[in-house]
Amino acid sequence: MPGKLKAKIVAGRHLPVMDRASDLTDAFVEVKFGNTTFKTDVCPKSLNPQWNSEWFKFEVDDEDLQDEPLQITVLDHDTYSANDAIGKVYIDIDPLLCSEAATVISGWFPIYDTIHGIRGEINVLVKVDLFNDLNRFRQSSCGVKFFCTMSIPRCFRAMVIHGFVEELVVNEDPEYQWIDRIRTPRASNEARQRLISLMSGELQRKIGLKVLEMGGNAVVGYLQCFDLEGESGLVVRAIGTACTLDKISSTCPAAVVPNLSNSSPSKDMKEAVFGEEAPGVPLSSGPPTPLRAQTFSSFSPSKSYSRQSSSSDTELSLTPKTGMGSGGSAGKEAGPLKALLRQQTQSALEQREFPFFTLTGFPVGFLLHVGGVVSARSVKLLDRIHNPDEPETRDAWWEEIRQEIKSHAKALGCHAVVGYSESTSICEEVCILSASGTAAILSSRFMQDGALDTEHRFEDTAPPACGFCHIPYDELNMPFPAQLTYCHCCRRHKVPDVLFTTIDVPTEASITGKGCLIQARLCRTKKKAQGEGNATAISNLLPFLEYELHTQLLNKLKLRGMNALFGLRVQISVGDTMLLGLASATGVYLTALPSPGGIQIAGKTPSDLTYEQHVSNMQKKINDTIAKNKELYEISPPKLFTLDPDAFVNINTEWVEEVIGSPIPESRQRSRIFRSHSESSDEVLELDLSHGKKDAFVLEIDDTDAIEDIHSLLTDAPTPPGFYSCNTEIMPGIYNWTSSLQMFTSVRVFRLSNANLTNQGLNKIFNDLCENLLKSLYFKLRSMVPCCLCHVNFIVAVPEDELIQVAVTAVAMSLDKDQTQENGRQSGDKTLMKAITENEEQLQFPLELSAECPSNPLSSAKGLSEVSGPLPSARAPSVDHSSFTDRCSSWIEQIRLKAHTIRRGSIKTTSSLEKSSPLPDSRSRSLRSNRSCPSSSVAVVKMTPLSFLPGTKIIKYLGIINMFFIRETTSLREEGGVSGFLHSFIAEVFAMVRAHVAALGGNAVVSYSMKECVFMENPNKNQAQCLINVSGDAVIFIRESELEATPSQTQSGNVQTSSNGEGT
Amino acid sequence: MLLVVNTAAVVKMSVELDVFVGNTTIMDKEVYQLWLNGYTVSDAVKVRMEGGVMEECEASADVLLSDTMDQFRTFQMCERLLQNPAKLANQLLFQIPPDRQAMLIERYYAFDDAFVREVLGKKLSKGTKKDLDDVSAKTGITLKSCRRQFDNFKRVFKVVEELKGPLVENIKQHFLLPDPLARDYAAIVFFANNRFETGKKKLQYLTFHDFAFCAGQLINNWTVGAVDNMVEDMDVDLDKEFLQDLKDLKILIADKDLLDQHKSLVCVALRGKTKVFNEMEANFKNLSRGLVNIAAKLTNPKDVRDFFIDLIEKFIEPCRSDRWTATDVNLYLTHYTNSAHILDSFKHQTVWTRYMGVIKSCILRMYHE
Repeated sequence: MPGKLKAKIVAGRHLPVMDRASDLTDAFVEVKFGNTTFKTDVCPKSLNPQWNSEWFKFEVDDEDLQDEPLQITVLDHDTYSANDAIGKVYIDIDPLLCSEAATVISGWFPIYDTIHGIRGEINVLVKVDLFNDLNRFRQSSCGVKFFCTMSIPRCFRAMVIHGFVEELVVNEDPEYQWIDRIRTPRASNEARQRLISLMSGELQRKIGLKVLEMGGNAVVGYLQCFDLEGESGLVVRAIGTACTLDKISSTCPAAVVPNLSNSSPSKDMKEAVFGEEAPGVPLSSGPPTPLRAQTFSSFSPSKSYSRQSSSSDTELSLTPKTGMGSGGSAGKEAGPLKALLRQQTQSALEQREFPFFTLTGFPVGFLLHVGGVVSARSVKLLDRIHNPDEPETRDAWWEEIRQEIKSHAKALGCHAVVGYSESTSICEEVCILSASGTAAILSSRFMQDGALDTEHRFEDTAPPACGFCHIPYDELNMPFPAQLTYCHCCRRHKVPDVLFTTIDVPTEASITGKGCLIQARLCRTKKKAQGEGNATAISNLLPFLEYELHTQLLNKLKLRGMNALFGLRVQISVGDTMLLGLASATGVYLTALPSPGGIQIAGKTPSDLTYEQHVSNMQKKINDTIAKNKELYEISPPKLFTLDPDAFVNINTEWVEEVIGSPIPESRQRSRIFRSHSESSDEVLELDLSHGKKDAFVLEIDDTDAIEDIHSLLTDAPTPPGFYSCNTEIMPGIYNWTSSLQMFTSVRVFRLSNANLTNQGLNKIFNDLCENLLKSLYFKLRSMVPCCLCHVNFIVAVPEDELIQVAVTAVAMSLDKDQTQENGRQSGDKTLMKAITENEEQLQFPLELSAECPSNPLSSAKGLSEVSGPLPSARAPSVDHSSFTDRCSSWIEQIRLKAHTIRRGSIKTTSSLEKSSPLPDSRSRSLRSNRSCPSSSVAVVKMTPLSFLPGTKIIKYLGIINMFFIRETTSLREEGGVSGFLHSFIAEVFAMVRAHVAALGGNAVVSYSMKECVFMENPNKNQAQCLINVSGDAVIFIRESELEATPSQTQSGNVQTSSNGEGT
Repeated sequence: MLLVVNTAAVVKMSVELDVFVGNTTIMDKEVYQLWLNGYTVSDAVKVRMEGGVMEECEASADVLLSDTMDQFRTFQMCERLLQNPAKLANQLLFQIPPDRQAMLIERYYAFDDAFVREVLGKKLSKGTKKDLDDVSAKTGITLKSCRRQFDNFKRVFKVVEELKGPLVENIKQHFLLPDPLARDYAAIVFFANNRFETGKKKLQYLTFHDFAFCAGQLINNWTVGAVDNMVEDMDVDLDKEFLQDLKDLKILIADKDLLDQHKSLVCVALRGKTKVFNEMEANFKNLSRGLVNIAAKLTNPKDVRDFFIDLIEKFIEPCRSDRWTATDVNLYLTHYTNSAHILDSFKHQTVWTRYMGVIKSCILRMYHE
């Protein structure tokens, strides 16, 4: 009997009138857990009943505690007829099972009915007494913490990152059982809600067991999804990353130092880590850093190794062999050890079936190299799940896809996949399974299970800021054709010309200018078909769809003058008569990567004059747009080829891509997104390069499709002034966040009036739909300007034949008006200054280096000599490079601005003095504005899809929120039509999430996401139904300004002294 | 322009569903006002377009339409809560910052002066509600808005009618209204309850605020609650006992001696202080009779209703025709009131003070030169 669950029903309020005669209600409550039910007394004739019940006690196994929700039903007592249900509350008690999460659930919960929506509120108290379980073979996994957050949660430190965990459970869908024909819609909905709640409880418990087996204590990046397969059943599946987390104690410096809004969890991590590393410990001296001097000839073509294990080999070949600059000798020493560690990493990863990580943000130094996006899709025909206890078919499907992903990653020379996610799209009996991630090489740092003590763990110090851009694969044996150049930051390693990833922008990355949301949208008609024929048709279309999406992305990226995509998410949705493809990502200009060339239009073979005219007009438009975009996103890449002849090496080759290609990735059912599909050396040679820019990207217009494409390229409206948007956590290059934020969900359904639409017509409609939706969002949120829409997440679906549904969830975060643009950079500096002051004795070196390195990435020879020259060599080995790289990236903005000064060798004296002061100011301002509102009787709960709230510190994670709701109506018109119906349902879902968080004692939900929004309507019958699944992490946050005023003051003091010292 | 409208129409046809829900409910004050004013979505869009919000934000007509529809829907969903403002603060459905809540409530309960003048003192019944289309036509306020305002009056009336204690405080507490607005509502409730006539042609020149001021005076001085806050009854009804006592004042005009004495005292006090002395002297008995008769008749509900028209006919009109200034009126009423206290045989000093205090301030407020 390992647990006792206690519940107390306190009171109700705002109950609906159930008795027309008296205009009152005789309410009582049933409390049910498992098979046990308790009832309260009837509270007669009141809409605000006070029950004040006794404690209802349930003695249950902890297995049940994990699986079952506490079910509270409010009813109206009726003497003569059956009691009428008013509504229900399901309470997930999982958060109470973790010692460090919530201890009591207490608060007002909306009473929810699937037909009527929220009907009043009920005040409930829930507690759990857990007994220690000594049974080794237990089935429960109480105590394993779950996080939706896609990075190491803020108040924790990762001791070990174990890796991928997955599980799926299947069941029959109650809606499709025979009994559904005779029961009420309410009963059917409730059966479904309850079943899914049970299934997700079971899923979580099973995943927890796997984590315990691996020796972990938490799941980070937990992604749970439902597949409503209709007739064939209901699948609930989840993936996550098992970790061993350690709570950062409040005495730890990292916890005390208030995090600036733009700093990431990994920054905490890094500082904490550094504190443990004793400088001078022999093994910690080999930082493979920007100074890792290595001529490019040292790329050893290690072809003898097989592809399968290429990851570590490539790495080995990259270890420094020749020393140059001060860090060289140290690097040499580190060589063998690194090799050893790599092997360990390698083997640690090899042991795993799937070296996958659902995380998108990482502790600094974890991510060594990024290969590119890997993805796999498979089209399956659904059949009835015969035995729910053996979900083997579905398991096998996913297994297959994961193997595919794994082999793609290997082909890219990578041993791991990060930012991994899985999704499905179902239309009748056809199901598309998709998985995607980013192939990467990871550091061993977090992989060993305590085998190395802390000192040893960190000898593999972080790579340079540009490290992750360096190709992981073998240059001479590339998995696909690509143009490589030398890294524009370190000048040592090869980098690709463009980089696509599914992860967030690494904190250490140096970005030029600002980023923006880039979307590729595509609609393809499909013939109506059944069964296998349908599946074949879909799988035939998929590669084309994917290829075109990719082309669009690439074109749009170039049009914005950028060279990398982060957070790439490709969604393919299938309907009866069409396929929808939507790819969203955040484009940025990675300083390390070469500047993207322009887009050049090549007309078809000489033709009439008007055509030429047309082409040149278009060319001009494109050039103008690129120039405009560069200005808009503040991209002013350093002038090319000023000093370094190496840079020319690969530039002369032309990069070509046909618009309508002959492409087609290998298999029919699956395709890869590699960075380019179709270019081949033959084409390169054929092209006439006598005119135009040498690095141009050529679009050949050979048919009307291409013209359409170009038009669509140019029709993307730029974000209105004052707005930024991205689908990553935060926008690189923005630092002046305020604490004002607005999370929202917007849904649009578009009916195609004309059934016989062409592909182009469909494309245009779909494109306009998305564009208009974005425009509407900007307009709605105009009062928050300047602001940034972060984590913009589109979900597209084809709910019916002629319907396209687009749902967007995102958060708008205001920027500080007083310090936009120019001042924004200064606030960025503040972070930097802070980081620097924490490590004052090494101040000089990082400052000087960072001043040179990123500002002149293309003149590294000069930079290097300047840097290494005056350096006291004794000092170099002990420099903390991991924090250095971080500073580097933060500095870039500032440096670009002040490049002038810097080149003369003096680093800002006065400027930083000014900078130190506005910070406390802006803080107190935001604090004041928050306090100006008197507190209301309902606690404010903030919601955000991000893992943090700017200007605050999360002090406690209270547990995962994972809720599934169904809402149905048979009086659609009366409820304000479909819009009115969905509007109130979404508002109700928000309200229920907030209520649960508040009852856990929390004041915010982070990493919130709406996983599912399935909407069906039948206007003729005046009916509609909607299913929504949401998840997130309930947290308690406190404002930084409330946290401690003193540290920030001392810090600004430090900033002043240090900058003074530096200036003189 | 034609083109823009066309595309808007096309989009409208095919967008089946369009919602935006924020964790914090977004409400635009300007759109809220348009909704309160009873505009249709398309009219509101027109007004907004003319207001230039489009140029400001680079929005198109359909964006504006979508936003307007969405906000109108939100307001509609909130309306239920606005009708019971106490609920708004502790409901869970919409997360609205407290200052926003206050704004929403205040504006929802705000009313047009032109409208309130039309229904002030009328019975807040279904019959009156049926006539609202006439009111709408006359005032130019949309019928929808008229109905909202009327329903607000009626709702406040219903809730407050049965409550004990001070009227204004009750309204403030139950409807979370700011003080000035609560006082206005107190006046409306008071007028509706006592059915004061305000619609006659002679009363047309008076504004709502004139009446509201008078109502305040009456509530503060002539109701039961005015004398004793702890008393069971409330502020909506006039103090019956007091009205009864007012009959005793009749002696001031019935007793010839007293009337003369009163007149001479007032004349002595006013001589040389006013330009209209002669007119005053000539009219004294008439005016005094008028005021005292009003007092004496107040036990009759019908005469209570005519209270304001009586004040005008019996006092304000005569004075105005003699071209008294407001100062003259003030001077006269001050001495008229005070002189009665000196009359030895006049025993009803308290009632007189209580009566004349209100009469004086009401007349002064109603006396527009």
